[in-house]
Amino acid sequence: MTTSYQLKRVDFIFKNENDWEDVLSKSISKPPQELINELISSELKGRGGAGFPTGLKWKLSSEAVDDTKYVICNADEGEPGTFKDREILSRVPFKVLTAMAVCGHVIGSKEGYIYLRGEYFFLQPELNKAISEFEYYCKEINLDFKIRIFMGSGAYICGEETALFESMEGKRGEPRNKPPYPSSYGYMGKPTVINNVETLAHTFTIFKYGAKRFYDLGVQYSRGSKLFSVSGDTPKPGIYELELGMSLADFVDEFGDGDTKAVQVGGASGFLVPRKRFNETAIGFQGKLTGISLPTGGSMMLFNSSRSMFNVIDNYLEFFREESCGQCTPCRVGCQQLLSGIKAVKRGEKNAQYLDKLMRLAETMQYTAKCGLGQSVANSFSSIVENFREEMIY
Amino acid sequence: MNPVSDLIKNLADQHGRSRHNLLPILQGVVEQEKYLSEFSMTEIARELDLPAAEVYGTATFYSFLEHKKMGRYIIRICKTITCSMKGKNQVLLAIEDMLKINVGETTPDGTFSLLQTNCLGFCHKAPAMLINNEVFTDLTPEKVRDILSTYMKKKGASHDN
Repeated sequence: MTTSYQLKRVDFIFKNENDWEDVLSKSISKPPQELINELISSELKGRGGAGFPTGLKWKLSSEAVDDTKYVICNADEGEPGTFKDREILSRVPFKVLTAMAVCGHVIGSKEGYIYLRGEYFFLQPELNKAISEFEYYCKEINLDFKIRIFMGSGAYICGEETALFESMEGKRGEPRNKPPYPSSYGYMGKPTVINNVETLAHTFTIFKYGAKRFYDLGVQYSRGSKLFSVSGDTPKPGIYELELGMSLADFVDEFGDGDTKAVQVGGASGFLVPRKRFNETAIGFQGKLTGISLPTGGSMMLFNSSRSMFNVIDNYLEFFREESCGQCTPCRVGCQQLLSGIKAVKRGEKNAQYLDKLMRLAETMQYTAKCGLGQSVANSFSSIVENFREEMIY
Repeated sequence: MNPVSDLIKNLADQHGRSRHNLLPILQGVVEQEKYLSEFSMTEIARELDLPAAEVYGTATFYSFLEHKKMGRYIIRICKTITCSMKGKNQVLLAIEDMLKINVGETTPDGTFSLLQTNCLGFCHKAPAMLINNEVFTDLTPEKVRDILSTYMKKKGASHDN
């Protein structure tokens, strides 16, 4: 397993944040357009998993005309296998707060929210302390920007941006139809920038060192570094910042236990890559066009040969069945049927060809479900059933 | 006046009475009461001038807003893939054995409730669980017995709660 590319460790995100006051006061003295251009030329893409260009997002909201706009930090980190956002918020909270205030300056917003998942309730006191210190400094430099924490209450779907708005508005966390997009119609129907915690932390790096330092990392279409949450059958589980564009083979060389059978890239809503594909798979944002470059929110779960892939997909489907918000039929019924379907095949109540029917159902969900949750169930389902068909049956 | 009604009134004073204040109010009641009774939900609806069905619909959407009576300490053990792989079931059996309850049940003295939950975000330190808002990681059956004993002593020490 030799490839030309090597794993490159990077240390930006967790590097000290002591100079946040500098970065903040310098950034807000610049015109919004300059900051937007900086972000666009860095080619930073959203680190929550979807990979939307951050500079463009800020630009669209800055162009929206409204007296009230919002900046929201999405800390509803619920994707199985992801735990980087909590680490950022507890180790370098000022980077995130600074980035939110700079975003407020760029788009013309005076209010920011951190939507923190209920499971991370224990982070609240420390984070509130950081926020008061931050707001104290804002007052000193005459910056009118307030940040508040909004607690979630245990719903994976609220990580979807429009479901998150609904939840903040006191409703069930059911995703909205898009368009309209958050840049024009977000929280309370106002133009809103909503970014993942890690994305905001990266903008801090860019404002501090300039776009080039960031752009020089990674490969074409996938610039910069990214935090990876590594778990499963690995001798060194934890959080690692790596340059984008690495091959999965190199990743497994570094983090595998020598017996890695497959890696789940991107959590339950991502793809399972079997050993034979490690060499041809890269981690980045090129998307599914080439079939070899997988985007990810940073969840990397390793499975060794002692694991049954049936148990894995069974666990994912149970997760999706519970977390589906239930408003659209393909997702609500689809998740239930996929789950009971694979169980029936395993028990021998249905024959092996039934798996093909289930694959078609998953494909239908991909096209017809309303939001990313239902659409992405097919990712893990198809990649697992295709590559480990015999484990589904016997 | 009923103490829950007082609590709800205070929460509404504190957060506001608009629809977008509903979640913090629901969370405030759950923090105190551990669950939302039908009475609480209709009281909240009255206080915020919302249809009770809307409050019920919202409250029951969120897995951390219980609407069944819960014990003082709610144990939520993570059942997602990595925790399952790293021995969640053994830990769960140890808890069930020690508290003499199954998942979804509450001890007769109202101290502990046992639930399973989806990914807690501690996959690198699996298995993990929450007791109310406190996190415990790298669990083993031995470790979880120690943790529960500490909580049982806490219960013996304080009668005010």
